[in-house]
Amino acid sequence: MIPEIGHFSLIVATALSFLLAIYPLIGAKINHPGMINSAKPLAIMQFLLMSLSFAVLAYAFATDDFSVGYVATNSNSLLPIQYKISAVWGGHEGSLLLWSLTLAIWTAAVAVFSQGIPKVALARVLSVMGMIAIGFNLFILLTSNPFDRTLPYLPLDGNDLNPLLQDIGLIFHPPMLYMGYVGFSVAFAFAIAALMAGRLDSAWARWSRPWTLIAWVFLTSGIALGSWWAYYELGWGGWWFWDPVENSSFMPWLAGTALIHSLAVSEKRGVFKSWTVLLSISAFSLSLLGTFLVRSGVLVSVHAFASDPARGLFILAFLIAVVGGSLLLYAVKGSEIKSRGKYSLFSRETFLLMNNVLLIAALLVVLIGTLLPLVHKELGMGSISIGVPFFNNIFFYMIIPLAIALGVAPLLRWKKQEADLRPLFKQLAVCAVASIVLAVALPAIFADKIKIVAVVGFALAFWVIITSSLEVYIRATHRHSFVSGVTKLGRSHWAMVLGHVGLAMMLIGISATQNYKIEKDLRMLPGDEVVFADYLFEFERIGEANGSNYEGYKAVFNISKDGKFETVMKAEKRSYFAQRSMPMTEAAIDWGVTRDLYIALGEQLADDSWAIRIYYEPFIRFIWWGGLVMSIGGLLAVSDRRYRFVNKRVAKAQSLGQE
Amino acid sequence: MTDDEKKKKPLITADEKKKKQLMTRLIPLIVFLCVSAFLYIGLFRDATVLESTFIGRPVPEFALNDLVEPELQHDKSVLTGQPMLLNVWATWCPTCYAEHKYLNELAEDGVYIVGMNYKDERSKALRWLEELDNPYKISLYDPDGMLGLDLGVYGAPETFFIDSKGIIQFKHVGDINPRNWNGELKAIYEQLK
Repeated sequence: MIPEIGHFSLIVATALSFLLAIYPLIGAKINHPGMINSAKPLAIMQFLLMSLSFAVLAYAFATDDFSVGYVATNSNSLLPIQYKISAVWGGHEGSLLLWSLTLAIWTAAVAVFSQGIPKVALARVLSVMGMIAIGFNLFILLTSNPFDRTLPYLPLDGNDLNPLLQDIGLIFHPPMLYMGYVGFSVAFAFAIAALMAGRLDSAWARWSRPWTLIAWVFLTSGIALGSWWAYYELGWGGWWFWDPVENSSFMPWLAGTALIHSLAVSEKRGVFKSWTVLLSISAFSLSLLGTFLVRSGVLVSVHAFASDPARGLFILAFLIAVVGGSLLLYAVKGSEIKSRGKYSLFSRETFLLMNNVLLIAALLVVLIGTLLPLVHKELGMGSISIGVPFFNNIFFYMIIPLAIALGVAPLLRWKKQEADLRPLFKQLAVCAVASIVLAVALPAIFADKIKIVAVVGFALAFWVIITSSLEVYIRATHRHSFVSGVTKLGRSHWAMVLGHVGLAMMLIGISATQNYKIEKDLRMLPGDEVVFADYLFEFERIGEANGSNYEGYKAVFNISKDGKFETVMKAEKRSYFAQRSMPMTEAAIDWGVTRDLYIALGEQLADDSWAIRIYYEPFIRFIWWGGLVMSIGGLLAVSDRRYRFVNKRVAKAQSLGQE
Repeated sequence: MTDDEKKKKPLITADEKKKKQLMTRLIPLIVFLCVSAFLYIGLFRDATVLESTFIGRPVPEFALNDLVEPELQHDKSVLTGQPMLLNVWATWCPTCYAEHKYLNELAEDGVYIVGMNYKDERSKALRWLEELDNPYKISLYDPDGMLGLDLGVYGAPETFFIDSKGIIQFKHVGDINPRNWNGELKAIYEQLK
């Protein structure tokens, strides 16, 4: 009986999304206040019903209701409770329900937290979000209903969750990514609503900006978390695999990053509007494309398990309707986008535009790299595989102009730099020399070889850090002394600095690990020693290590450097009783600021020796710390005073003042 | 600088040249529709034929215990000597269950199949073989997915087509059923000889 409640509330939620898509929109057209005002309660009701539906499914998992087919295929009575709950979105149907719930959350949030926005504009925005909800809810109801029953032949126990997916990472990772993916639907809805109304002013950019930033923060931290878990859990010592599923989260991120910059320019300067609209559409379209790629089985990858042409066809039709429709709207109504304001070559606008173009170029590379194997095959040109070297190579060349322009842009003024550019060039030249010196010094200190590719990466990172510091110094000392000036810088200013420094940190981490990472597969007996990256690894012993709910082996290594004892590392391999017996490699990671040592215990070989993988990963933590710093930057930008809609008038005055 | 302003004009103003601008704005739509066309065709392609970087390469070194007799250890020599299928399966995989019956039939027809029990529990796997019959000449037990990792296994079921020299010639992702076996897989197996 209870699962039917979930099914029923999903149906009602779908009906409400139809109402939400139609009613307020007509209201906005004929200017009917009652119909316009209906948007908010409809959005909230839809959210409540979706939550109920999702809660019912979670309840079915928690109580082992195997009469529900989806529960029976994805869960099992022996599964620990946290995996039962995460199993809710472990399969196709449930993850779509989570997608839909996330959309309902964003819709309700926009409805509730948008007091400063005129009701008519808000009604249009919510209507557009309602249209998206229709598509997804119908998709679930028609092709992927998680509440389908197995009655009357219900199984005694479930099939269990795929052990590959039984990981703590799976509890948080997908919801975070979905919050990011679906969050771009808000920017999308704002852009479409503005196109419909033919009103694209700075106010539109200001309303859209905080929502886009929050979505971007979710996506950034979701991707960074995913990468960290891959490193931590998989035992391969890698952090990014250019897997199609990873790519499909990276593409909306690239578009979203371009979008938050473009929105800033549109809000402050009133230019780039056409570009901003297109990016708003792209960011969400790429989220939908990502969903399509993962869910349709068009591309086979590690993460995609479901593959069913009927489902794929539905998503594709939906994708064409949403993306095609909005691009058509853009083409037709785009002429009404009026950008005022001019700018010269040496202006912040030009450099921001340049970076946006580069980000989009990077996006196209990922898109082509992901889809080309497919296209190639369809054209009958045989199969090709585009792998890691392709992406790494192209990204290396693309990051160079991107990082250079990124360092310069904040130093330039809006509109036009003063006539005499010489002081600026002088400053930039000093920054460039300093960056190169530091970039050569860094590998000279921590590594034995200086590799040119790494030096380029480090130089770009230091360039960004130094120019950012210079910029902070110049702004702070503009009117005040440095100390009092620094405290007066706004939060959105610090947001920019953190965003850029975060990227620089990632560059350091990536350049160091890609070029100086050392890995070795060894066959070791207890007592063996191996020298590796200046460290002496002594395989002291291995013993059984049984816990209360698992049995396993634990290998103990003594690490020393230059004859001095450094640390003890314990790599384990466990098989859990309760948790479906999948042996888990508990890699030993000795983490540090400048390097990680990473030991993964393999299998026992014939003569009591063990297969052991050792990695030396210099500066790898900087990659995730960089992601964290970027996310914090995004949060700071959202918390900027300008976006507290209650103080709308103050905000307006302030944003004018900033121009 | 004025030259640059001129260059940028089509991006930021919209009075004359409307038609040309409309064409410009239609570009994203056209690109998208082309992409969709490929996605549409891709949808009906047999997605189970998967490229693997391991194709054309010999089976990697490994040391795995036998599923049935835990003391017995196998290495790569069991995967050489004759054309064979290496079937990756697990009891947690519903598709493997569906596939199993047909594997029994193939084994009866004389197809040499080696099984690799992947990330699984020995007792469950043994019960499975007892209940459903054992099509495998040899059963490797890979509880950690170590060999699976080396072979680039994405999930289960997957089947590798290995020739008598121990070189992987083909990899099939998903279940083997009468349709795809008689469609193309049988021919690939015949070619191994």
